Amino acid sequence: MSGFTATKRNIRARFMDRTATGLFWGIGLLILLLIFWLLYTIMHKGLPEITPKFLVDLPDEIEAGGGIGPMLFNSFYVLILSLIFSIPIGVGAGIYMAEYAPANKFTEGLRICVEALSSVPSIVFGMLGLAIFAEYFGIGLTILGGSISLAFLNLPMLTRVTEEAIRAVPNDLRNASYALGSTRFQCIRTVVLPVAMNAIVTGVCLVAGRAFGESAVIILTAGLSTSGEMWDFSLFAPGETLAVHLWYVQSEAIVEDARQIADKSAAVLVFVVLLINMVFRIPLWFNNRKLKR
Amino acid sequence: MHTPISEQASQSSILGDVTSKSKFNRAARVRFTNRLFQSYFLFSILALCFVLALVIVFIAKTGFLTFETVSFKEFFLSFNWTPEEEHYGAAAFIVNTIILTGLTLLISVPISIAIAIFNAEIAPAWFRSFIRPVLDLLVGIPSIVYGYLGLTVLIPFLREWTGEGLADGIFAAALVLSLMILPTISRISDDAITAVPKKYREAAYALGSTRLQVILKVIVPAASRGIMTAVILGMTRAIGETMAVVMVIGNTAQLATTLFTPTSVLTSNIVMQISNVEFESTWNYALHMMAFLLLAISMILILIIRFIRAKGGAQA
Repeated sequence: MSGFTATKRNIRARFMDRTATGLFWGIGLLILLLIFWLLYTIMHKGLPEITPKFLVDLPDEIEAGGGIGPMLFNSFYVLILSLIFSIPIGVGAGIYMAEYAPANKFTEGLRICVEALSSVPSIVFGMLGLAIFAEYFGIGLTILGGSISLAFLNLPMLTRVTEEAIRAVPNDLRNASYALGSTRFQCIRTVVLPVAMNAIVTGVCLVAGRAFGESAVIILTAGLSTSGEMWDFSLFAPGETLAVHLWYVQSEAIVEDARQIADKSAAVLVFVVLLINMVFRIPLWFNNRKLKR
Repeated sequence: MHTPISEQASQSSILGDVTSKSKFNRAARVRFTNRLFQSYFLFSILALCFVLALVIVFIAKTGFLTFETVSFKEFFLSFNWTPEEEHYGAAAFIVNTIILTGLTLLISVPISIAIAIFNAEIAPAWFRSFIRPVLDLLVGIPSIVYGYLGLTVLIPFLREWTGEGLADGIFAAALVLSLMILPTISRISDDAITAVPKKYREAAYALGSTRLQVILKVIVPAASRGIMTAVILGMTRAIGETMAVVMVIGNTAQLATTLFTPTSVLTSNIVMQISNVEFESTWNYALHMMAFLLLAISMILILIIRFIRAKGGAQA
């Protein structure tokens, strides 16, 4: 006797299983389609009409045809400054958490601090920056204030990605290095960091992409205007970035082609963020090849 | 031998590793850098804690100045927010924030978890390695762009669909937010589901379960702690999100009586008003108090996540 005959319950279970599988596939494909449709909507409205002139021109308040030059420049300038401020501290903190932190209550407290800081809403960092720079130091809305406030926002994310990257380094490598008589720092500098560098750079890119598109912080600390010049490296100029400009054009601008400018700005913004996530990883491929050889 | 003394000295420094004195120097230097960097790393993490303390102390200090002129009862229970006439009731914003977050989770959680299950259990490997980076793309899109798309694509669509004059409001904001927190929730749940030991699945299959039964009765319960963490992290993101919300919610200080009433939440109200008020005014203090509420909610949620994780650790 071949013993199995399907009861009603078996048949129903199989039917449910098939239906559910179909549903899961449906949802998965639907979300995928949605994402591609989203990217397509952003890109096709803006990208085809972008000219090099648009990218470097000064904006115009009255007449159509203004560009986004200073904002684009400010975006990169603020981003780079904020990374300069935050990477040494963020990566250092990550190294401490992964390599030095003993397993005790104190470390536990530090970990809560990192998680709490990463859950602080970005607008709160904006308010803090506003109070420190505009009220306490009285320098108004500046690029410096914006980039330091943005650095606050980057810190916990940098710490987390560094810690994860370093924890992923196998312990064998560390033991080998200690066996050769290296100190802890020598081991970190010559063994752990080179191995973890790949993951750290990837993490920093993600953070940079996030920071490039951040607007709530910049709106409160760097303001809604630029110095009106291209290539203005002054730290104390107002520093409207591209993301903030998108908000400004959308909500307050009176220029007639505001809608087109907003479309194009959005496309540039997304394009650059995606680029940051990819381009900065190119040196890593070379690095990888070197490591493999 | 007629070697000048200076040359002898330089020779000994070339052969430095051999002589005991310079060996001591090198060891001392190495030890010194070792200690230096250890304190630097410790300093970094303490600096991070300092920033957190700065945020909390500053926001709380400024926020609680509100209660010098406004009573506790008025701030938390009154729905009347007209700062021009000295009415600082924030209840509407608080209730709206709760409604918005709830609605967002209602839309987003089932879809995100379905995606996570699909990724971890059902999708073939090639599809999985394709859909995960695509979900990461969603994380990369700046929040202001989400807001802009909501304003230019979603709202006109909603207007046509519902026949409302203005479709701004909680529903539009919840849709935008759902899309934003979807990758957060699904990514972390995905990890949690993938981490469920394989033997659990095999045991369930050996008892004759279908895949759906395995998913619902074994995998999801086993991964529930990770899924809870994912949902709470998505929640903190939804509560703190500002720019995407501010563009689609209508920015009117009133209670959201319908899904399409133009309204305002804590974050959107702060960002719309804070640039225009005097620092030393009750209005500004009230805005800081609202920020403090946001801060307090996020902290509590983070502590809940830790609690969930600690409980899991004790059981495992």
